[in-house]
Amino acid sequence: MAADNEISAIYYIQHHLQNLTFGYHPQNGWSLASSSTEAVEMGFWAIHLDTMGWSIAMGVLFLWLFRKAGKMATTGVPGGLQNGVEMVIEFIENLTRSTFHGKNPHIAPLALTLFIWILLMNTLKIIPVDYFPELFGKLGFEYMKIVPTTDVNATLGMAFGVFLLIIYYSCKVKGVGGFAKELSLTPFNHWSLIPFNLILEIVGLIVKPISLGLRLFGNMFAGEVIFILIALLPFWAIWLLDVPWAIFHILVVTLQAFIFTTLSIVYLSAAHEHH
Amino acid sequence: MNINMTLIGQTIAFAIFVWFCIKYVWPPISAALHERQKKIADGLDAASRASRDLELAQEQAAQTLRETKEQASQILEQANKRSSQMVEEARDQARAEGERLVASARAEIQQEINRAKEELRAQVSTLAVTGAERVLEASIDEKAHRKLLDKLAAEL
Repeated sequence: MAADNEISAIYYIQHHLQNLTFGYHPQNGWSLASSSTEAVEMGFWAIHLDTMGWSIAMGVLFLWLFRKAGKMATTGVPGGLQNGVEMVIEFIENLTRSTFHGKNPHIAPLALTLFIWILLMNTLKIIPVDYFPELFGKLGFEYMKIVPTTDVNATLGMAFGVFLLIIYYSCKVKGVGGFAKELSLTPFNHWSLIPFNLILEIVGLIVKPISLGLRLFGNMFAGEVIFILIALLPFWAIWLLDVPWAIFHILVVTLQAFIFTTLSIVYLSAAHEHH
Repeated sequence: MNINMTLIGQTIAFAIFVWFCIKYVWPPISAALHERQKKIADGLDAASRASRDLELAQEQAAQTLRETKEQASQILEQANKRSSQMVEEARDQARAEGERLVASARAEIQQEINRAKEELRAQVSTLAVTGAERVLEASIDEKAHRKLLDKLAAEL
């Protein structure tokens, strides 16, 4: 019985941590993965439908809400929605003004998108871990992991987007030559140390998106695992631990969204600066 | 924990969301915010200007009031002076008129007296002559004397 329990617990955890994967399987062709090994066998040419679906849903929710507020925006006395939206916008504007030292009108909306989008995706975590897997199980989907930021693909994907912007703005502001010069001649300005500089700078450059993505993923994933473990406890003990952990996660959710946003601005600000 | 296409998909979604936000979400809200900021600043400006205007107007009103009061007191003083002057003038005039009247009355009286004197003088002389005549006549004729007396009586 004890071994049974253990096996079912392991199965439960693995089940909750498996994404709904659609891809090309060597044996089954284009299909939904019915187990985690099948998902692994699909390799790179597969897509997590739940991650994509929920993240796009949250992004669309954000854009719809803010677009609605923008359409109704008056210069007079603002309503409730407009008030909230304006508060967020002012917060982002101040954050951008204090962190970003170049002149680029696109940085603030970029930061707004990142912040609210990640915040909404993280917030999905507050929904009890069994609701959506059960619901989608009834609908015939084997797996459903609703928090996109607990999928390393999602966080690294966004970080990769930020990375591309870093490269783009570095080349745009300093020119391709200037950017190459910065990579090869800092921190040691001598021709014989160019290879050393290159290695140092390129590692530094690549570490930026990876740390950005993994930080968010690590925090969210760890939190999710704890939620799943709490869900394994006896019925009467669940709420005792689940409620404090959820309340604590309100902080983590906001903080991680804020950190991702702020670091993105900092990296982009560095990309705009001449050394 | 597999790295797969989701990574690319997420990057594309990210790019699209950011683009949409830059293009359609940020500008109207930001514009409204800044416009309201400007409006509030303008309002505050107008309020301070209005209060300055009010102060100025109050000062002006006080100034006008002060001037008016001064003018009024000036006018009053002038009027007082004028009235006393008029009274003085009237008194002088009345006195002069009275004196003139008295003088003319006196002159008339004097004239009258002189005329009466002249008349009397003339009459007395005639009377004396006439009396002397009569006395002279009576001593001659009693009858004529009688007649003379009657005539004298009638003449008196």
